[in-house]
Amino acid sequence: MPDSKNDPNTDPNKGTRAEGKTATGHLDRRAAVKTILDMLDEDTLIVAGLAGAKGDVLAALGDDPRIFGFGGAMGAAASMGLGLALAQPDKRVLVVTGDGELLMNVGTLATIAVSNPSNLGIVCVDNEHYGETGYQRSHTGLGTDLATMAMGAGIGAVRTVGEESELVEAGEMLRQSNGSAFVLLKVRVDEPPKIRFSWDAAFHKNRFRQALLGTP
Amino acid sequence: MSTEWPEEIYGLLREAGIDQFAFVPDAGHDHLIKRSIADPDVHAIALTTEEEGVGLLAGAHLGGSRGVLLMQSSGVGNCINLLSLIRTGRFPFLTLISMRGDFGEGNPWQMPMGQSTQPVLEACDVICMRIDEPGDVEGTISAAITMAFNSEIPIAVLLGQKLLGAKKFS
Repeated sequence: MPDSKNDPNTDPNKGTRAEGKTATGHLDRRAAVKTILDMLDEDTLIVAGLAGAKGDVLAALGDDPRIFGFGGAMGAAASMGLGLALAQPDKRVLVVTGDGELLMNVGTLATIAVSNPSNLGIVCVDNEHYGETGYQRSHTGLGTDLATMAMGAGIGAVRTVGEESELVEAGEMLRQSNGSAFVLLKVRVDEPPKIRFSWDAAFHKNRFRQALLGTP
Repeated sequence: MSTEWPEEIYGLLREAGIDQFAFVPDAGHDHLIKRSIADPDVHAIALTTEEEGVGLLAGAHLGGSRGVLLMQSSGVGNCINLLSLIRTGRFPFLTLISMRGDFGEGNPWQMPMGQSTQPVLEACDVICMRIDEPGDVEGTISAAITMAFNSEIPIAVLLGQKLLGAKKFS
């Protein structure tokens, strides 16, 4: 894969903003996130971090009331997931975020590890780039390993997924773990089509609460 | 520092159904933090930086719970961008801020953020209420709780150094 990307004539990202960019991972991000989400119970609550991660969730689940998706406030997805998980201990909560967003508030991994709600999972879609701002390389493409940081933070259940065959085991861990769980998806760089999603966070908040609590 | 008015605050917060207490260790909030840790009916969440508390409280509301963020004035600076989540989502938000860089401050490093705490919060559409006298605690905290959770707007209560006592430097 990396070889073909280095050849401008066969680069699958030719003509997109990701043209010429490479990463160590080779998972298809949309397919990998969908495989994980499809394994989770239908009442799982989803916090989707901004930009690419939100697109992956929307591509998998559609515009569903159980998704709260970010359009800004970069770095808040994981802490929002923690507050939600503590408020809803009987439901699974999954945060889907990107490497750039998680790096912005990576201390939240320690906060989550200490609180350790058993119903919280985090999936980090790691393409080693800041896609939204033009595919600049992120720290994870330069040696930083977020799974090692999650383990170092004290999260007990941590997996790095580099192959499609490892997704099911990671999904099972997210579905059944007795403590907070973290999955790092090493995905290739690409620019999937954007999915339209209202920017109105108050609308999404009210819709989410209406579906979950019966009141906005 | 008296524990009477902090205990009064704790009682009012708990009566209002607040069960997520997020904090960064702080002398000014010492009593509230200890009480929340000792209380089996609440989640006491130690943060690595105050801005995590903004996301956390929004998540709590999403799940039908109420939270409060306990921080020092210096922590306000760490929260600014994430307050866009509160404003854009029209989330209720309650923070109690122990002031430094305020009345009688002896550490010049505390002055810049202490003096800009209120204008910065107000620029982010957070309504500020200030307490300098123990006799104002009950009324102001009760009003703040009502405004935050019934009117669902962001509220900061600034606990001034007149109330807390300025930290002593020899």
